[in-house]
Amino acid sequence: MPTMEMVNPAALPADWRDILALTKPRVMSLVVFTGLCGLLAAPELPPLVLGFTAILCIALAAGACGALNQWYEAELDAKMRRTAKRPLPAGRMERQSALHFGVGLGGFSVVLMGLATNWVAAVLLAASILFYVLIYTVWLKPRTPQNIVIGGAAGAFPPLIGWVAATGQISALPVLLFAIIFLWTPPHFWALSLFVRSDYAAAGIPMLPVVKGIEPTRRQIFLYSLPMAAAAIAPWLLGLASSIYGVCAIVLNFVFLVLAARVLANRSAEPAQMEPEKHLFAYSVFYLFALFTALVADRWIAS
Amino acid sequence: MRQEDEIVRRQRERARIMALLLGAFVVLLFFITIAKTGMNW
Repeated sequence: MPTMEMVNPAALPADWRDILALTKPRVMSLVVFTGLCGLLAAPELPPLVLGFTAILCIALAAGACGALNQWYEAELDAKMRRTAKRPLPAGRMERQSALHFGVGLGGFSVVLMGLATNWVAAVLLAASILFYVLIYTVWLKPRTPQNIVIGGAAGAFPPLIGWVAATGQISALPVLLFAIIFLWTPPHFWALSLFVRSDYAAAGIPMLPVVKGIEPTRRQIFLYSLPMAAAAIAPWLLGLASSIYGVCAIVLNFVFLVLAARVLANRSAEPAQMEPEKHLFAYSVFYLFALFTALVADRWIAS
Repeated sequence: MRQEDEIVRRQRERARIMALLLGAFVVLLFFITIAKTGMNW
């Protein structure tokens, strides 16, 4: 039976599975979904191949962000249980390779977006990559507990880019979609950071529960859920979506606010007893999928 | 398994994937060109 005893992982070319892992495929799925919804909600659809290319570019850009994030945070990732097995902290890949891969993939996605759809979408795509890598990862994340609040803008770009790729213009609805994800990001990440706060503390990342404590974070989760709900219902109130979306948005946001209130009411500081936080985190992912699906369904049924 | 064998195996695997991706990119560029020039097949 062959053994790997003579193999030094650091001396090997990176395995393709590790290169794929650099792109954070699970995060990419949410980005691709919201980008696709932005494109499908647009009043005019591009030819199929151009729409496909736009979504592909959004996915590649998200992958580039993931790779550059892991390149920059390799030492931090090594300190956290959740991330210690990633290719760079585990020593299965050279940091320089991740940097080259991320820059190459990001540049490729922007140029392809510009050539296939329009250069407004390409500029927005480039801005989203630069915002995520430079503003969020390099500048805000290691310095301020408000990192998630401002950094959330990076994840809010995809539906805007999808819409602009289809129409070439920015209008009220895609800006609202941007606002929904922007305001959704803090409750979503703070719910997670409450029950993995020891990981963030060990890595020295100033997440809100680490810097301000558990109770202020629970309050902030609830407070941010209110404008998020308002932004989510706004497309219906402003006449940009019909009652199909309106009913779905009201129900989804009502459940979100109930779960956020349960988080606010929880007094436990032990991660094992943070069921309300875990429920809110899991529901927040479903919420975004369901809300954007409702918007696309509404647009298609209405037209 | 010797280190040299593992290096060759990984290089082959990556070369195959790269060839597939490049082929897919050429096909994609072809259809983008068709769509951009307005030929509706």
